[in-house]
Amino acid sequence: MVMINLILILLVGGLLAMLSERLDENMPRKVAMAVVLFDLIYLISSILSLPEIAQLQAPITSDPSTWLMHFKANWIPAFGISIEFAMDGISLLMVLLTLILGAVAISASWTDIVKRKGFFEANLLWSLAGVLGVFLALDLLLFFLFWEVMLIPMYFMIAIWGHENRGYAAMKFFIFTQASGLLMLISILVLAAINQETTGVWTFSYFDLLNTSIPEQASYWIMLGFFIAFVVKLPGFPFHTWLPDAHTQAPTAGSVILAGILLKTGAYGLIRFAVPLFPQAALDFSYPAMLLGAAGVVYGAVLAFGQTDFKRLIAYSSVSHMGFVLLGIYAWNELALQGAVMQMVAHGFSTAALFMIAGSIQERLHTRDMSQMSGLWHQMPRMGAVAMFFVIASLGLPGLGNFVAEFLILLGLFQVNVWITVIAATGLITGAAYSLLLMQKSFQGEINKKWAESKLSDFGQREMMTMAVMIIALIFLGIYPQPILNIAEPVLHSLLDLTALALPSIAEAKL
Amino acid sequence: MNASVFYAMTPILVLSATAMALMIQASIKRDHKVASIIVAIGLILSLLGSYYASNYTQPVTVLLQVDNWSLFFTGLIIAASLIILSLSLKTFLPEGERKEEYYLLLILSVLGAVVLIQSSHMVSLLLGMELMGVALYVMIAFPERGDLPLEGAIKYLVLSACASAMLLYGFALIYAATGSLSYIGIGAEVARAYEQNPVLVLAGSAMVLAGIGFKLSVAPFHMWTPDVYEGAPTAVTGFLATVSKGAVFVALTRFYIDGNLYQYTGLTAALAVLAIASMLIGNWLALRQENIKRLLAYSSIAHFGYLLVALIACAHIDIQLVSQSITFYLTAYIVTTLAAFAVVASVAGEDVRGQEIQALEGLFWYRPLEASALTVAMLSLAGIPLTAGFMAKFFVITVGVQSHLWVLLVALIVGSAVAIYYYLRVIFAMSKPCEVKGKASTGFDRTLAIILMACVLLLGSWPQPFIAYTGTL
Repeated sequence: MVMINLILILLVGGLLAMLSERLDENMPRKVAMAVVLFDLIYLISSILSLPEIAQLQAPITSDPSTWLMHFKANWIPAFGISIEFAMDGISLLMVLLTLILGAVAISASWTDIVKRKGFFEANLLWSLAGVLGVFLALDLLLFFLFWEVMLIPMYFMIAIWGHENRGYAAMKFFIFTQASGLLMLISILVLAAINQETTGVWTFSYFDLLNTSIPEQASYWIMLGFFIAFVVKLPGFPFHTWLPDAHTQAPTAGSVILAGILLKTGAYGLIRFAVPLFPQAALDFSYPAMLLGAAGVVYGAVLAFGQTDFKRLIAYSSVSHMGFVLLGIYAWNELALQGAVMQMVAHGFSTAALFMIAGSIQERLHTRDMSQMSGLWHQMPRMGAVAMFFVIASLGLPGLGNFVAEFLILLGLFQVNVWITVIAATGLITGAAYSLLLMQKSFQGEINKKWAESKLSDFGQREMMTMAVMIIALIFLGIYPQPILNIAEPVLHSLLDLTALALPSIAEAKL
Repeated sequence: MNASVFYAMTPILVLSATAMALMIQASIKRDHKVASIIVAIGLILSLLGSYYASNYTQPVTVLLQVDNWSLFFTGLIIAASLIILSLSLKTFLPEGERKEEYYLLLILSVLGAVVLIQSSHMVSLLLGMELMGVALYVMIAFPERGDLPLEGAIKYLVLSACASAMLLYGFALIYAATGSLSYIGIGAEVARAYEQNPVLVLAGSAMVLAGIGFKLSVAPFHMWTPDVYEGAPTAVTGFLATVSKGAVFVALTRFYIDGNLYQYTGLTAALAVLAIASMLIGNWLALRQENIKRLLAYSSIAHFGYLLVALIACAHIDIQLVSQSITFYLTAYIVTTLAAFAVVASVAGEDVRGQEIQALEGLFWYRPLEASALTVAMLSLAGIPLTAGFMAKFFVITVGVQSHLWVLLVALIVGSAVAIYYYLRVIFAMSKPCEVKGKASTGFDRTLAIILMACVLLLGSWPQPFIAYTGTL
């Protein structure tokens, strides 16, 4: 029930936020913030009250009773579709990230949104609810439902409150994810139909479908359907073209959610579904997948270097960083997977913060063009310092979360394929190049005469508080990553065991 | 012939009686209000009648087959006609004098649709189709002003006549081959006839399919659709899109399955070509439409393409599942389309300018309820989860996957992916900021929008009861 409540609180909270606009124009953002924080507290308290949390026993992936939480109720019994939620360490991390970044996004929308505030906060909360559903649903059709439905509030956020080219960006975002989602729908249905043919029962439950024996050739095609849907969302090269537009045109809060959370649903889907359901096919496909990952790392970095638009640069850097995640997942060993999970969390914080800074700059200068910025540090020292921190974090400075993540991924990848590791490692260098370029062009150098006269307000208390949350999180992840690794480790272990069982060749190699 | 036969025919008898009552009323005192009330009462009574008749399901002579399946669609279509009636009131009341013939035409057309749905014989198929069609030509051309209605009606009339001719010729060929006109009779004889003379059977059924395909406006018989949709009064367009097409598809399903025609790969392949062409052409041509009625016309072409996928699948799998999925899809399509037309009728009415997608700008901010209803309708047509359209598509894809119709499924995916663009355009237009406040809506418009939106959402989010019900039909 806890998991349903988590989602319901956000859904109802969204409605409340929308209605509260009638009382006072500034009420919605307060209501939304309260709702998200309440949800967060509710989650933490119910996790702490679980007996299992003390020992963090390794769950058996195919046995829901060993997971942290499990809930199942009939929904459409005619097709064996149920409302099934389950939570393990990875979903827990993702849900925590979602709620924390949700609060950050609401803070980012505090002054950014001036029109129809109620409807905006409602859409924000609803998209958070959709994302929670994606991270928790373990019935494949329910998962698909959340996967598609979370797009709609996001679509509205871009289409109504976005910047100058919002219609195009919102449309492109929706069509890319929806079309690839249809491929996944077919894959899900084929998988369920194969299971129905062998067992005689319709079911869409993850735990049942894990045991399906799929003909080899079919499993490759089905796996590709999942893979494409997830890689579009990730986004991996060459399906990334929606991302720069959507991120650039979205309002700040929308960018925060998109980059911080929505991209992670793709990575989560790969870890949870694409590989464990089709271990053999995923193994066969791991080489092309890793090549795509490496291509994404390099390509994203090169394009980021060529941008003049502040937000677009960060968007392309996301392509590069998410390339690492793809590499980590398809290396499929413990180190690399740990790194991938770590990267999902760390990238969530660092990019969210950078987008918030971009939003604050745009709110003050009404432009995102870096050639018009330069020397902003002099006028806004606090924002400059904060930006410096996150730029450094994003380029992977040791001691911060992103470094731990990328290092683990490269370490794990090295055991699998040396050459791809070499290519991917260049991403760290190019990363430094575009990150520092961003800093130099916007915050350092001479003050642009255009802004010299005008008084630009620095970060205020609210913004500094929000930034502090993310700064602390990144330092914590960098210096003492063990708690996160501990939460993810048992889950990754059991996933590796599960796929190793299905792949005798790997099991033998391990012995 | 005993009494229970007449009980089984209750809906048809009530509708016929209503038509006669209308004519009597016209001879006594011509009055707009009274006529509309008589029609409303007649429709409600025949709706109850179709429920009552479910106790007496049986074949009525060789012409009609009254069973639960056809009674369900009879009820659905009469309910849809009631909604169309309520939309027409707004259109024709302001037009003033001598407009009550419209109601007579409406009731006759509904009667034709019901006969079509219950038909089990080629004669009743033709009777129903012609009764429905002839009344429809006049309904399309009914407005006194403007050239568009007349143009649409003439187009529909001329092409319909061609289609009927094809249909008749097809009947003749099938009769020559099998010696039977009833579906069951054809089904029993078709295997032997096919052995003797395959060309006759295939040519005959292909011509029947072409004639029916015209009424369904599947590609390549779709040319008339956008012009007629645009030219007809909005309420009549809604009637054409839901009642007329729905009834024809039910008749096609019955003919195709009872006539055992699904066993012949030649026909299946022909249907597959029609389906693929409809899915691709319909969605592709909808992309550039500026008028929402034209957009819905092309979208309906695509939707009947999706429906054909289910029909084709009955060559491979259990017929029960196929008929369940057709029932679900048609119901979802009719409810969703009604929701869309209800909003279009209340927002734009007969104003051609107002039907432009641009004219919908800002609808969210001054008429939020109707904008939400149209959004839900568009999402449902696009097949987004939690709406009826998604469950319908889920059904069709399941059936397609089980019968391994991969090529058709690829066309379905490509078509749906293209389709998202134009459905979203409508939603995007509505969410644009706007300065001018449009006219406010009436309480009736809002209630209707809420009811239809609720139906679409309910069918999509809690489909189990309805799925279970379709299993019993």
